[in-house]
Amino acid sequence: MQLDYFILIDRIIDLNLEAKTITVEAQVPPTHTIFEGHFPGFPIMPGVLLTEAMAQSCGWLLLGVMKFERMPFLAMVKEAKMRGFVSPGQLLTIEAKIEHEGSGFAVTSAKARVGKELKCSAEITFRLIPFPDPAFRVHMDAVANKIGFPLQAMPHD
Amino acid sequence: MSSTFDQIANIIAETCDIPRDTITPESHAIDDLGIDSLDFLDIAFAIDKAFGIKMPLEKWTQEVNDGKATTEQYFVLKNLAARIDELVAAKNASPGA
Repeated sequence: MQLDYFILIDRIIDLNLEAKTITVEAQVPPTHTIFEGHFPGFPIMPGVLLTEAMAQSCGWLLLGVMKFERMPFLAMVKEAKMRGFVSPGQLLTIEAKIEHEGSGFAVTSAKARVGKELKCSAEITFRLIPFPDPAFRVHMDAVANKIGFPLQAMPHD
Repeated sequence: MSSTFDQIANIIAETCDIPRDTITPESHAIDDLGIDSLDFLDIAFAIDKAFGIKMPLEKWTQEVNDGKATTEQYFVLKNLAARIDELVAAKNASPGA
């Protein structure tokens, strides 16, 4: 995780465009100023960041399914459940799937685990909008390469 | 079996916390019921699921923006029900149905 840049996903483990599922890994850093305040003597990952990590996982899945033709923007989070604490240094494995592809929006679901233990889950809805700026798309391509987005799922211009 | 309008009205009432008895076939989803675009995403998801269709919201919005249609054609609930019935009929008539 690069918390300072809000890039919470480290690598894509599996992307199945047919089943419309993704599995990613996100390594919680062992130290960060966030943990100094959240909380002193009891550092845990904030629930909003766990929710964001799930949203980013779903976002990468949608980018793959849409062949990077549109950018998913977070619109709605439902049933966000923080089921257990996530501590500094732990490795999150996040699985996400598309529940519904609507017209201009998509509904997804995600679950994050540490080992086999389910830590959080949510249903997350996105608006799907054409990239507002070409530089944005270039940036997303670069991040995709960095986190191991499967080459066969990348669009070829 | 409840009508398409009744199903839509029930979805709207539940999704947007609007009293069911205030929702009529003449109600305009935006102008009368005050449903915003985010709530409409939720409603669209529920309608898509309930009827097994994909409401072409983007196409409808484009038509309104281009002046080719009015919001009443799609967002007055009796008209929305008619559009949904058309989509369901088209789905049932398709070879894969």
